[in-house]
Amino acid sequence: MRLVRSVGGWLEERLGLREALEPPITHPVPRTTASWWYVFGSATLALFVLQVATGICLALVYVPSADEAYQSLEYLNYQAPLGWFLRATHFWGSNFMVAVMTLHMIQVFLFGAHKYPRELTWIIGVLLFAATLGMAFTGQILRWDQDAYWGLSIGASIAGRTPGLGQAVVNLLLGGPIIGGRTLSRFFSLHVFAIPGALIGFVGLHLWLVLRLGVNEWPMPGRLVERATYRERYAADVQRDGVPFFPVAAQKDLIGMAVVIVAALVSAALFGPYGPNGMPDPTLIDTAPRPDFYFLSLFALFALLPPWTETPILLLGPPLAIAFLLVLPFLAGTGEKSWRRRPVAVLGLLLVVLIVTALAGLGVTSPWSPVMDAWSAMPTPVTYVKGRTALELQGALVLQAKQCRNCHGLGGEGGRRGPALDGVAARLTRDQLIRQVLQGGGNMPAYGKALSPAEVTALVAFMESLRAGQQPPARSSAVPATPGR
Amino acid sequence: MAHGCAGRDPVSTASLPPRRGFLLKLGIALNVVAAGLVGVPVLGFIFGPLRRRAARSWIRLGPVGSFPEGETRLAVYQNPVSMSWDGFTARIPCWVRRVEGEEFQVFAINCTHLGCPVRWFPQSRLFMCPCHGGAYYEDGSRASGPPPRGLFQYQYEIRDGQLWVRGGEIPTLSEPV
Repeated sequence: MRLVRSVGGWLEERLGLREALEPPITHPVPRTTASWWYVFGSATLALFVLQVATGICLALVYVPSADEAYQSLEYLNYQAPLGWFLRATHFWGSNFMVAVMTLHMIQVFLFGAHKYPRELTWIIGVLLFAATLGMAFTGQILRWDQDAYWGLSIGASIAGRTPGLGQAVVNLLLGGPIIGGRTLSRFFSLHVFAIPGALIGFVGLHLWLVLRLGVNEWPMPGRLVERATYRERYAADVQRDGVPFFPVAAQKDLIGMAVVIVAALVSAALFGPYGPNGMPDPTLIDTAPRPDFYFLSLFALFALLPPWTETPILLLGPPLAIAFLLVLPFLAGTGEKSWRRRPVAVLGLLLVVLIVTALAGLGVTSPWSPVMDAWSAMPTPVTYVKGRTALELQGALVLQAKQCRNCHGLGGEGGRRGPALDGVAARLTRDQLIRQVLQGGGNMPAYGKALSPAEVTALVAFMESLRAGQQPPARSSAVPATPGR
Repeated sequence: MAHGCAGRDPVSTASLPPRRGFLLKLGIALNVVAAGLVGVPVLGFIFGPLRRRAARSWIRLGPVGSFPEGETRLAVYQNPVSMSWDGFTARIPCWVRRVEGEEFQVFAINCTHLGCPVRWFPQSRLFMCPCHGGAYYEDGSRASGPPPRGLFQYQYEIRDGQLWVRGGEIPTLSEPV
């Protein structure tokens, strides 16, 4: 113990770290901020450190070459001792980092921490958020599998919509005219050098601002923020009723940091690494690319936007959203801080959260995508085959063989792009069925050229039999009803 | 860093003798020049791909006889601008439809909506996209879903019984193949 103390004293005489760091670490903060609601920021920082540590380890083995990246990931997964665990930790750490950072952002917004004088702290926070999403996207590319390849293809298609400059922007994104070795090197450089460098710089500024301007106090309804009086009142409050940041507030931060790190490690141990999913060979086209969870809502949005709004929303949406977040403290920089007195802010936030989660939920099931193997893999329900005529059975075969099931469900199985065909005979008459099959319409392709007249007859006969016993068949409004039928 | 500033405001140049003021200005100017000299190759390197060179060239897909009339088949070619470290990604697939005789249609694999790989279903004579549900007829025209246009088509030529296409760039709405 005496040895430790003497070594510590020797170091302190030269480094002077305690002298330099004690004031910021023990600086007084409002008593109300020593709350569990204030732990998300430090938890995000802890996850960032976890990402840096695991990232450095992965870079010891990962080969950033389009030719060999995939094999090096497989080596990490199956051969390198603990390689699988490091990959899993890096993956789960990134998921947790995006999630906890989002919670932090929601908390500071609800507590009015973006208002005077902490506007710049918020702005740098928004840049940190954007950079973290950049890390998420570039990291997904470094996984260099089929999702990465087609994710880049989607990125290039969006960039290619830029009016006038399309192909130049595509070249800038891919590092050349097409996805290849130069593309991976580009994203490696961004993911490992450029964006982390920016993140470290922004984190430093963010912390400096928190120290300089003080931790945002717990907002009291009716206590308005005014430029002229706020800082004086804050200083007086801290002097009267402040507590030292360390240990009073920091003890909860420490617990929050440990909890998220352990949660990431436990998830990694339980669920293992993610991917790589399939070799990045573009000629293997039996693939259904999906993004990681943070981009599922965007993926869903791309499927659901009306076509004419697509290009402007794809190109202007993300920059406008970031710009809105950046100017937010200037739109509402003073006044009421408490969420209890900010109905527009709370409802707006709720709306955004609901839209994003609803879209992400749709992105998981993606009902707009045809189920590519439904026609060959899914059985025709027994009830729809029982007691049918030979012609109707022939029609059931046509329905399978012509891939109708890829978009239309039957007995709860199959695609959901088009309406399910159970009970279709109660909705459409024979003539309407024929017309719909031959000419398509309402987002259905026309099958006039792909079906012979005999196939159409059989198919329509089968569909006419698709209704529950008590349901009456559909009736044309042009034909007068026959009483008693 | 200037030395001997003890007791003086270190950023004030007013108290420096004239030669010191000159040296400071020269130092700043030299560093601006140096930064510019570094900036040219750095920015040039990052933004170099913005200046696009002609990447497209003629590529042989194979003998005409390997594409039966009235059928659509997947063909694969080696990307003409590939690097030796491109690996699998140098292989580019495309759909070749031989209408009849020497009349062909060669479609890019990429959906015109957002670039996912479309798949050909000969039974229903449709191309379907697995991402957002776009569908195209056998002649490449848009059938349904979000695509804003039909499939991108390569320019093709028949030379000495071989099918050639012009490729080398990822097709996008602003630069169809």
